[in-house]
Amino acid sequence: MAGSTFLDSSELVLNMGPQHPSTHGVLRVILKLDGEKVIGTECVIGYLHRGVEKIGENRTYVQFAPYVDRMDYVAAVSNGLGYCLAVEKLLSVEAPPRAQVTRVILTELNRIASHLLWLGTHALDIGAITPLFYTLREREEVLKIFEKYCGARLTTHAFRIGGLQYELYDGFEEDVAKFCDMFLPKVDEYEELLTDNRIWVERLKGVGILTAEQCKAYGVTGPVLRAAGVAWDLRKAQPYSGYEQYDFDIPIRQNGDTFDRYIVRMEEMRQSVRIIRQALERIEPGPIMAKVPKVIKPPVGEVYVSIEAPKGELGYFIVSDGSTQPYRVRVRPPSFVNLQALDQMCRGALVADVVAIIGTIDIVLGEVDR
Amino acid sequence: MRKLIRTVLLVDLLRGLWVTLRNQHPKHIYTEQYPAQRPKVAERFRGAPRLNINPDTGETLCIGCNLCALACPENLIVVGTERDPKTNRKVLTTFTYDTSRCMFCGLCEDACPVDALELTQDFELASYTREGQIWDRQMLEEGPRPTQYKS
Ligand code: SF4
Ligand code: SF4
Repeated sequence: MAGSTFLDSSELVLNMGPQHPSTHGVLRVILKLDGEKVIGTECVIGYLHRGVEKIGENRTYVQFAPYVDRMDYVAAVSNGLGYCLAVEKLLSVEAPPRAQVTRVILTELNRIASHLLWLGTHALDIGAITPLFYTLREREEVLKIFEKYCGARLTTHAFRIGGLQYELYDGFEEDVAKFCDMFLPKVDEYEELLTDNRIWVERLKGVGILTAEQCKAYGVTGPVLRAAGVAWDLRKAQPYSGYEQYDFDIPIRQNGDTFDRYIVRMEEMRQSVRIIRQALERIEPGPIMAKVPKVIKPPVGEVYVSIEAPKGELGYFIVSDGSTQPYRVRVRPPSFVNLQALDQMCRGALVADVVAIIGTIDIVLGEVDR
Repeated sequence: MRKLIRTVLLVDLLRGLWVTLRNQHPKHIYTEQYPAQRPKVAERFRGAPRLNINPDTGETLCIGCNLCALACPENLIVVGTERDPKTNRKVLTTFTYDTSRCMFCGLCEDACPVDALELTQDFELASYTREGQIWDRQMLEEGPRPTQYKS
């Protein structure tokens, strides 16, 4: 700023990230500050770009499946489910009932794991360190179930096109039921730690408000949208994998601030447990793989399938030219779209609130940059 | 009024502290004392690769069909074969597996028709060099030998 001294320069441009611990990865936010007040932000993304969509064009349909796990690595099972559903639609096959129920159980467990990691890190950003240890402890139980089921903890590659590769291991039902029983009191425990805590409430209430209209304008989905009072959940709106048979509620709140998004996610974890318990009763013997040709060669065509990932609407758009490799794979990641609303949420907030707002959107940079 | 009393008496904070205190009990210790205590990973764990040999004869089970190399998305398996002039069958000569590029997705294991290639429960794959990450046939058959630490 030419000709101005330090005292009368009112605007300050500050770089936050890409190595800032509170940006949840390699996100760089350029903050325009007036004192402590944020008057504008700009996101710089792409530090974790690996060209997943391009990789998809050079792999067969089966070979591409492990790569989608590496976008939202916190919710790899949901990513795999979306991809498998998209290719299955392209092939016009449907997974057998046993596979569908297993898919529901695993994706809901994954939703819990994703929300737990979000809760721990979000609280850590705000300054509450303890919840992180507790949430990671419970998340470990979920990851152990994944490890026993498919052999990997994070990038699971649990589902295959047409069904499942692995049969349930002995004791799967007991493990999951035990987790459900153990987990519900733990959610209450987190709430005891945080919900009434005055520091937590002061830091979150009224911060980063996004109204329903703004959410719709930005295309924001997931818990952020539901906290603004819109009961939009793809599991109800466009049921897939037999979600229409399960009885669960969509938690919504009205204010659309950071605190409401926290409450919505806590409630979602409870609803996930409810779905898992119902699904456990539905497991019935049967095949786990539909009749899928060995070499997957879908007919020429295009398909868009979206599912409700823990972070919002996750969509896959696949164009097939009739060969063994997709002509184009386009992913609609929830984190990327939700991140676009960051500027709107940060305007007028304080610098310290930016951390809370980034945390509350629940982004995973692997998915934003792909 | 009630709210005021609760605020003055720090009820919300004390409730949180009580949760923390409850979790101090030694039965809530979850830390794993890794190198000293090695975790037991699940049976299906997808870790270090192994090329199985027939325990009785010591011959490899691999028939050199190259299916694993074709299935791998990362193209990191190289199977070398030659034709035995007497029996006119393919026999395996070399087998390299680049663990540095492997993502342990298990597709190669699924593709193998004779269960020769397997991902095992070993998870200690570190090496001091990049070349050390590329496993040859001998290493794949005998397995890695991680240092065992005593506590
Ligand atoms: S585990 Fe996956 S990436 Fe690794 S060698 Fe096998 S197919 Fe390739
Ligand atoms: S698929 Fe199995 S038998 Fe065929 S080359 Fe690979 S390891 Fe050998």
